[in-house]
Amino acid sequence: MTWEPIIGLEIHVQLKTRTKMFCRCPVGFGAGENTRTCPVCLGFPGALPVPNRTAIEWTILLGLALGCEIPARAEFSRKNYFYPDLPKGYQISQYDRPSCVNGKMILPTGEGDRVIGIVRAHLEEDAAKTIHVGGRTGRIGGADYSLVDYNRGGTPLIEIVTAPDLRSSEEAKRFLQLLRQTIVELGVSDAEMEKGTLRVDANVSVRPAGSDELRTRTELKNMNSFNFVARGIEAELARQVAVWESGSEVEQETYDFDAATGALTARRAKEEADDYRYFPEPDLVPVEPSAELVERLRERLPELPGARIRRIEARLDLERATVLVTGGLDALWEDTVAEGAEAVAAANVIANNVVGAGIGPAGVPARELARLVEARDRLPRTTFDEAVSRLGEPGFSADPYLEQEAVSDADELGPVVARVLEASPGQVEAYRNGKEGLLGYFVGQVLKETQGKANPRVVSELVREKLRAS
Amino acid sequence: MAPVVDTLRLTAEDAQGLLERKEVSPAELRAAYLEAISERDGELHCFLRTTDKVAEQGVPVALKDVISTKGVETTAGSRILSGYVPVFDATVAARVKGAGLALLGKTNTDEFAMGSSTENSAFGPSRNPWDPTRVPGGSGGGSAAAVSAGLAPWALGSDTGGSIKQPSALCGNVGLRPTYGTVSRYGIVAFASSLDQIGPVAKTVRDVALLYSIVAGRDPADSTTAELPEPVRLPTADSLDGVRIGVPTELNEAEGIEPGVREAVRRALELSEQLGAVVEECSLPRSVRYGLPCYYLIAPAEASSNLARYDGVRYGPRAEGSSYQETVDRTRDEGFGDEPKRRIMLGTYALSAGYYDAFYGQAQKVRTLIIEEHREALARFDVLACPTSPTVAFPIGERAADPLAMYASDLLTIPSCLAGLPGLSIPCGLSEGLPVGLQLIGPQFGENRVFEVAHALEQALAFDTVPERLR
Repeated sequence: MTWEPIIGLEIHVQLKTRTKMFCRCPVGFGAGENTRTCPVCLGFPGALPVPNRTAIEWTILLGLALGCEIPARAEFSRKNYFYPDLPKGYQISQYDRPSCVNGKMILPTGEGDRVIGIVRAHLEEDAAKTIHVGGRTGRIGGADYSLVDYNRGGTPLIEIVTAPDLRSSEEAKRFLQLLRQTIVELGVSDAEMEKGTLRVDANVSVRPAGSDELRTRTELKNMNSFNFVARGIEAELARQVAVWESGSEVEQETYDFDAATGALTARRAKEEADDYRYFPEPDLVPVEPSAELVERLRERLPELPGARIRRIEARLDLERATVLVTGGLDALWEDTVAEGAEAVAAANVIANNVVGAGIGPAGVPARELARLVEARDRLPRTTFDEAVSRLGEPGFSADPYLEQEAVSDADELGPVVARVLEASPGQVEAYRNGKEGLLGYFVGQVLKETQGKANPRVVSELVREKLRAS
Repeated sequence: MAPVVDTLRLTAEDAQGLLERKEVSPAELRAAYLEAISERDGELHCFLRTTDKVAEQGVPVALKDVISTKGVETTAGSRILSGYVPVFDATVAARVKGAGLALLGKTNTDEFAMGSSTENSAFGPSRNPWDPTRVPGGSGGGSAAAVSAGLAPWALGSDTGGSIKQPSALCGNVGLRPTYGTVSRYGIVAFASSLDQIGPVAKTVRDVALLYSIVAGRDPADSTTAELPEPVRLPTADSLDGVRIGVPTELNEAEGIEPGVREAVRRALELSEQLGAVVEECSLPRSVRYGLPCYYLIAPAEASSNLARYDGVRYGPRAEGSSYQETVDRTRDEGFGDEPKRRIMLGTYALSAGYYDAFYGQAQKVRTLIIEEHREALARFDVLACPTSPTVAFPIGERAADPLAMYASDLLTIPSCLAGLPGLSIPCGLSEGLPVGLQLIGPQFGENRVFEVAHALEQALAFDTVPERLR
């Protein structure tokens, strides 16, 4: 039997507003523990929340980017539970009246557009950071003591919930890349998983291909990169298939993904079901964004990444278009092509060489880059690499590099090629037995012998010719 | 040195006059009140603590101990906050200081303002200055008793279901619960956020209006506050010509209203007519029938959440246990008294999955009906009138063991609290030698109208606010 994966994601995005959600403490990393706190975010008696207008506007902005409807009235509720990371004993969160509902995101794929439903996007406050010291579980029960840093507590957080519309771990990863790029381009968050400003939980189930049933799902947490999300989902899908095929049943559980081992560990089942006793937050009034505000925010939306992938794809291909757009490289690519560079070559140089050199796209002069792309095949490899690595420097000019021509003279390169092949009889044998990937090895050796001055295209032709001839 | 003023009779307005004309110095005035406190508070226990030195040079003021005062311990009458010293002033504390009022001290309250007698204070009950064997009402019994006993010219209290109005009635002075949202709750130790309101207690309606004008108005730190539609006016009226007073049958004939209370209110209404008012019966059928149950779902539900922050982690005493959970359990078990525990349990239940719709959700719908009912009545009348409390001050201990009897003390004050409307209690006579309060309920933001009506009646009633045994 073949199994169809059913995957939904819950994504938390920490907003980079200047101040916290309900008080005016600064948001950000790096300050000493518990220094960015006040009576409000420490939950002192009588302290009251005052909502951050920017956070509300950014939530609506992101909702609009995700094609959501913006209800005329949203409401904050209290989610009640005891934990030391929650100083008030409740988290203020939108619950049954979120700011954004019923959206969708278009995910361009090789088989056409996939439409991923966005159930809701709502605004809430982040909890504080806890560290449990001692004990084996890393949890509060059994710890020798726990430390709490309330700096993070009260940071604005948007939770985005997708419909269970994703059908593979790869699709989930591509969705997340596109979503992340959208968030970053809106300027509302840095959305970095490593820093925890973007967090992803996945709800995973499988069903026999062709059926429309929904089987028990499990929840995966603690995956702190897109690759780990994909690997975690992959592992859980395999586990569930094995469970069903063994005749057992998948149980509703929460798993932590261990990046080091790739293993999934079930959290200890809770003794009792969660009951958060939600009720409307009486310290706040409803959020009622005016139609004018929503329209003003809608006008601020840039052309979104999904649409740009589709537009650029026509001049490249889906894979390259996706890499450029989700890497935030497409604007540089457009400019470079406009300066006369060939589209595919420009995409390759930007996605490989420029990114490889660790240069951000913002400071790169497109005109000079276009000249380098155009001259790429004529330049010695080392010269080209050197030039690319300096692209980000102020006032960069390609001129001094363009003067250096690569050695393309077959008479001059021929003997070098012969020497390299003679010195590598084993590899030559392997190549002739079909291991054609070794071509790159031979070209590399020749480039090394010529201190990078040889034209790799010419060398490559010479090597192939010689190996065919003898 | 004999006190330079008679604090038992001095109104805040008169005190202000004495200071302005430099007939007494701020230090002399303060000393007079501190002396009254040292003389009478041993018996009455109105104050949980007095303040040593303050910079402000104006009329002294007492604040209920649910109001955060920077640098001055604020306990809300609970062991779980004993030793807690706020690092910030509640907005109302800042506003009274900003107006130059000098903090005298913090007054006793039922724990977390939960109660109608101050017997739930973790630090012992206050006593009624008219009869120290009786309660001063609650939860703001400390503030009300202090004003009547001349220990403070005026005070601020907090009112959730009657905690300003009912003690004022039982102690024979004037107390205002303002329109919800006109006075900031920032820095008030929360009981039930959608009901809590801060308001003044004083000997006269004008003093109440004056203190209200100092604390009222929008506060950016409290999102639920609103700007007053018109400035507060100190009342001057001595006639009630053209004033329409509605007398809700259900609030005037409810079971449990003592005959002496009914009689005093009836005479006050007759007097109103003599002063030119049109007095007519009207009806608030759902308010009495459902008000109390509705309140005792909503208020404990919100309280169960508001009191969740007291876990011993960040402030207040901590009872160490062997784990986080045990520490929180022990801290809360030792820190909270019976009444907060009872309400936390009630409220947790009312909000629980499977019960929410039947209890909290239903109570909110009933509350909407009660709001509607009041709005309709107040479209026909300028104010509604009824007794503030069904009874006069009751003996200490009488209802302490019977929560339902205690809850019934607020039967008549609760409906307008649920409706978010201003309610003022003025003394309208005595029953068995104890004060009876008349409650006047106005429309939203109708404080000025209520002050005018109450002031005219107050002049005509000429009630002596000084307890007979202290005259």
